Amino acid sequence: MTEEKELKTLIIEGAKYKTTFTKKFENREKWEAPNFNHIFSFIPGTIIDIFVKKGDKVNKGDTLLILEAMKMYNNVTMPFDGKIVKINVKKDDIIPNNYLIMEIKPL
Amino acid sequence: MSLRNNILDLRKRKREVQKGGGDEAIEKQAKMGKLTARERILAILDKNSFHEYDLFVEHSAKDFGMEQKVLHGDGVIIGTGTIFNKPVCIFAQDFTVAGGSLGLMHARKITKIMDHALKMRVPLIGINDSGGARIQEGVNSLAGYGEIFFRNTLASGVIPQLSVILGPCAGGAVYSPALTDFVFVVENISKMFITGPSVIKSVLGEEISMEELGGAKVHAEITGNAHFYATSEADCFEQIKTLISYIPRNNNIKAMAFPPKPPKKDRKIEQIVPSNPHSPYDIRHIIESITDGSEFFEIMELFAPNIVIGFGRMDGNTIGFVANQPKVLAGVLDTDSSDKAARFIRYCDAFNIPIVTLEDLPGYLPGVDQEHAGVIRHGAKILYAYSEATVPKITVILRKAYGGGYIAMNSRHLRADFVFAWPTAEIAVMGPEGAANIVFRKEISEAEDPEAMRLQKIEEYKQKFANPYVAASQGYIDEIIEPRETRSMILHALKVSENKDISGPKKKHGIPPF
Repeated sequence: MTEEKELKTLIIEGAKYKTTFTKKFENREKWEAPNFNHIFSFIPGTIIDIFVKKGDKVNKGDTLLILEAMKMYNNVTMPFDGKIVKINVKKDDIIPNNYLIMEIKPL
Repeated sequence: MSLRNNILDLRKRKREVQKGGGDEAIEKQAKMGKLTARERILAILDKNSFHEYDLFVEHSAKDFGMEQKVLHGDGVIIGTGTIFNKPVCIFAQDFTVAGGSLGLMHARKITKIMDHALKMRVPLIGINDSGGARIQEGVNSLAGYGEIFFRNTLASGVIPQLSVILGPCAGGAVYSPALTDFVFVVENISKMFITGPSVIKSVLGEEISMEELGGAKVHAEITGNAHFYATSEADCFEQIKTLISYIPRNNNIKAMAFPPKPPKKDRKIEQIVPSNPHSPYDIRHIIESITDGSEFFEIMELFAPNIVIGFGRMDGNTIGFVANQPKVLAGVLDTDSSDKAARFIRYCDAFNIPIVTLEDLPGYLPGVDQEHAGVIRHGAKILYAYSEATVPKITVILRKAYGGGYIAMNSRHLRADFVFAWPTAEIAVMGPEGAANIVFRKEISEAEDPEAMRLQKIEEYKQKFANPYVAASQGYIDEIIEPRETRSMILHALKVSENKDISGPKKKHGIPPF
């Protein structure tokens, strides 16, 4: 059933192989270096409350918002002393996993 | 009452119960494009061979008005019968009776036939078509699942266990099929998931159909939960029968032997493999050029197609084939293909099926996604499975056998019994391109024309190492053979391995990198 597939090139240790790709391989996620100024959701869920607003100065460990998932209230906290640059969610939003909730920057 | 009246009464009772959920429910089942539980059993088994037990079992629920309800056979049919005149145990959940929901007595019927299958050492076929736990029966229904899972595990490696998903199979129920050896799915009919679309929508806001979430194609292609994919129930039943013809009934006897026959004449083994090691071909054509009648029954055709696994016969006996597929991802090993092959190797070993490995791979698939997906942990499974297997193990190296891939694919070092290589084989620590760049790094960088020097060094390395003779000189290869001798060499190797008997150190069990 892969007969009609167009041949692609796969390079392994400098050698170029003519072959076909699977859907899974073509859809694989590209890795990106983490940006510590971005706060992503670590689980899908609902934003219960937000305690900060744009421009606020926040200390390391302070709670930024509550994300409810699987009946648990998760405190999302500030990873370092810094400032809130942008908030991408509002109260009662339902967000997927790995969603950019907030942008911050160190002081 | 005379005997005749008793008999008539019995017949009437049987007819009544055999209707399952009644005409209306049966009509609904047909509208979904599904056969009834009874029709399915009769279609799989030899004609007139089915005998049912526990027909008159009733549910035992007392709460929520359940005591008023009659559920015929408690929504599951169990019994014994034959396929190719050989015994099997079978159960089929009946969706027309309370949605095939699983309560205490329903589970007890299933575990009864499972116990029977294990005791009698015959294959177990389970047909799943159930809405899930019967909520009205509460914790008793959970107990039922647990009892089934335990028996699946107990019987694993003793009798073949086949799961046929012909309807929904959701929540905890999915773990019984997952514990069994082979899972069959049918397009538009099979649905398997832990958490259904409605829960996913309410929690995540993600909208997805049942088919996209856990349909037949998803499990055959993406998750690897299913081993056989069919487009109709009839095709699925044919697959079941074919599989049964290849596998032994239990771990103490051999599979049915068939009359030996040669491969088809039109399969010209020497014309399949391109001499350029970077060009693709379909490894299944090689398998078909060495098996009896050129027949090959592939397993998990759609999942991780960069490795091919399945059964064929040689001299009438069942052989398990594991082969790299250069046509897909150049035949590399990766997380999925390692999983797929390792589990198959363990199946063959448990049921005493000799393994023939056909090797042609450039190594492991590079990439951050692979490393982070645990290619170390998954790749280790294939090493473990080959090392652990005590069945006759024969390897034929067709072209590339580089690096870790060479070791993993049933090398001499993992105790292969016979390793043969074609003259086109390249057994080396890596491909010439990669190796030349490392070994001659200095010469290349200091050359006036580095690119020309690189090509020259690659050629030099190729001449010296990209062949089977270096490995043969160390005794890692037993014999370098002409491609057309492949079948006869394998047949001979199998013949002399017939009484293979080895044992390792005494232990309770190993700890494979699950």
